[in-house]
Amino acid sequence: MIAGAQAQDSYLESFAQFENGAARNGQGWLSPIRRAAITRFSELGFPTTHDEDWRFTNVAPIAQTPFRLAQDSRTELAPPELEQFRFSGLACSRFVFVNGRYAPRLSSPQPLPDDVKVNSLAHALTAERDSLEQHLARYADYQHDAFSALNTAFMEDGAFVGIPPGTVLQEPIYVLYVSTASAVPTVVHARNLILVGEDSQATVVEEYVSLSASVHFSNVVTELVANENSVLTHYLIERESMQAFNVSTLRIQQGRSSNVTSHSVLLGGALVRNNVHPVLAGEGCDCLINGLFMATGQQHMDNYMKVEHASRHCNSRQFYNGILDGKSRGVLHGRIIVHKDAQKTDAKQTNKNLLLSDEAQIDTKPQLEIYADDVKCTHGATIGQIDEDAIFYLRSRGIAEASARDLLLSAFASENFQRMKAEPIRSYLEALVKQWLSRGKLLEKAR
Amino acid sequence: MLEIKNLHVKVDKQEILKGVDLKVNAGEVHSIMGPNGSGKSTLAQVLAGRETYEVTAGEVIYEGKNLLEMAPEERACEGVFMAFQYPVEIPGVNNIYFLKAALNAIRRHHGLDELDAMDFLPLVKEKMKLLGIDDQLQNRAVNEGFSGGEKKRNEIFQMAVLEPRLAILDETDSGLDIDALKIVANGVNALRSPQRALILVTHYQRLLNYVVPDHVHVLVDGRILRSGGKELALELEEKGYTGLEAETQATTSART
Repeated sequence: MIAGAQAQDSYLESFAQFENGAARNGQGWLSPIRRAAITRFSELGFPTTHDEDWRFTNVAPIAQTPFRLAQDSRTELAPPELEQFRFSGLACSRFVFVNGRYAPRLSSPQPLPDDVKVNSLAHALTAERDSLEQHLARYADYQHDAFSALNTAFMEDGAFVGIPPGTVLQEPIYVLYVSTASAVPTVVHARNLILVGEDSQATVVEEYVSLSASVHFSNVVTELVANENSVLTHYLIERESMQAFNVSTLRIQQGRSSNVTSHSVLLGGALVRNNVHPVLAGEGCDCLINGLFMATGQQHMDNYMKVEHASRHCNSRQFYNGILDGKSRGVLHGRIIVHKDAQKTDAKQTNKNLLLSDEAQIDTKPQLEIYADDVKCTHGATIGQIDEDAIFYLRSRGIAEASARDLLLSAFASENFQRMKAEPIRSYLEALVKQWLSRGKLLEKAR
Repeated sequence: MLEIKNLHVKVDKQEILKGVDLKVNAGEVHSIMGPNGSGKSTLAQVLAGRETYEVTAGEVIYEGKNLLEMAPEERACEGVFMAFQYPVEIPGVNNIYFLKAALNAIRRHHGLDELDAMDFLPLVKEKMKLLGIDDQLQNRAVNEGFSGGEKKRNEIFQMAVLEPRLAILDETDSGLDIDALKIVANGVNALRSPQRALILVTHYQRLLNYVVPDHVHVLVDGRILRSGGKELALELEEKGYTGLEAETQATTSART
């Protein structure tokens, strides 16, 4: 606890320094928000396992590590080092952030329709002040969530995507966060804001990667506003190193008849917490939350869904599949809140887990809070081992045991991939899963 | 091709097979008949390599090799095929993809080039035509949502594509309507050749109206009670297992 309190103080100290710098950069209008957020953080402190929302995840490793704000090392990277981070067959715009700072030299924006704005948040904070002021920090709850509070206090850069009404983006916008080697543990408070206008359509991919095994903490907040009748698909790909911490909050605000899909694929990180929090604020919204998490070794992956039905005739679907090997731990907390006026809500939650070892563990917890009386809410969770009968069946046809296991695990993961429409992104992710499986096989041989 | 000598098998500490002897030559079709719980399926599963069965005594020689020392996939690659009594559903694995993976595993084992989709699909079409089955099932996940009859047909279809040297059909005929039964029989008859052998494990005589076996064995309580030609199946139908058993016991005691 003492170490935790010290770490908390160090955040407050570095905030004082940070604030002088940020104010000088002409972002003075943010000061009241930053101050409110840091004050709130000092009151809240880091959550503990006594907190119901954090019952299964102990953040002490984050709270007790003295993180320093990551240094600018954009010049140290050469484009070839990022060559592997591409969706082959897609000519999409890639925006690269190195240790949290936009790196134009490594980015490759493609021509976009008129009035579509894709910028670094640092630039937008001054250049797009009007549209930012309306939305930034209006949705992610820094009053109750310590990590969002920290992010809000320290946010400096990230992706700003603004899509005007009636615009269809054919190609996804790919946002790549890269962390590089550092002698001391570092933190990046990445902040993304995505605004999708009426009748517009877009896909945004956020990927987090490490280029070293340095201890690193990504504290991410993404606010996504889907206006009336818009269609937005969001991907989160987490594949940082086994020394990395990642707490990521996706806060979605949905307008009338909007359709939002959130895909999460978690493969990396030592301790990962993925919050997905859509608020279905307008009538007739559709929301699909599709997630796959695969953990091994000592990895800890916590998926926290909070689906808020705030209006009538909205549908939400949550599908999460987990594969846990080694001594890893998984958490699935699926909360559905149906407000009083959200009649005719149709909400469904499904969580399937495969445990590949005796020491792997999963805690899965559905939580339904229903204040309306004419709704359909269902949830289901399964925890099982790999089907040995199926393994035998495949082997009896000539397929070697290891391939049979891979085939069944790929099939399990493919349930999530089938919900992804962008074929190049799906293939990219399928290849990552194959890599994950073969890495497991190498470990088995080494044993 | 296959020689089973004094095979004893336990499941959960209970002895199921109590000394089975059987010799199957290339080109022959053998039928193993027996009542419920006689050990028919245990015999089929042991031949396919199921690890939950414990062989406590005896040996199985296949093509001069010790079959019991081979992994299930190795047996399959060497030409052993079992059609499952209860085929497993495998969601997410496409039937055609699975069958191509299986055929290519076997081809690799024999040092042959793998087939790509261009070569494989015509083969699949040809086999489907041969068996008179439609292709709707093949684009679905392996056995997922298939009816009992569809699952059995799928087993026969796999057999036709993989062209095993020794096929063991574990009650593939049970619970089939007459059309499905004919498909199974077609599959078996199409596979019959001087180089191959088939073992039909069955509870009923009905399949034998369409597939005429060279040898019939009656398995009762873990032992082969009687062996004979195709007429034994008819005798069995007439007298039933209990009749046949009583008669055999009488003959045995008369001899001693």
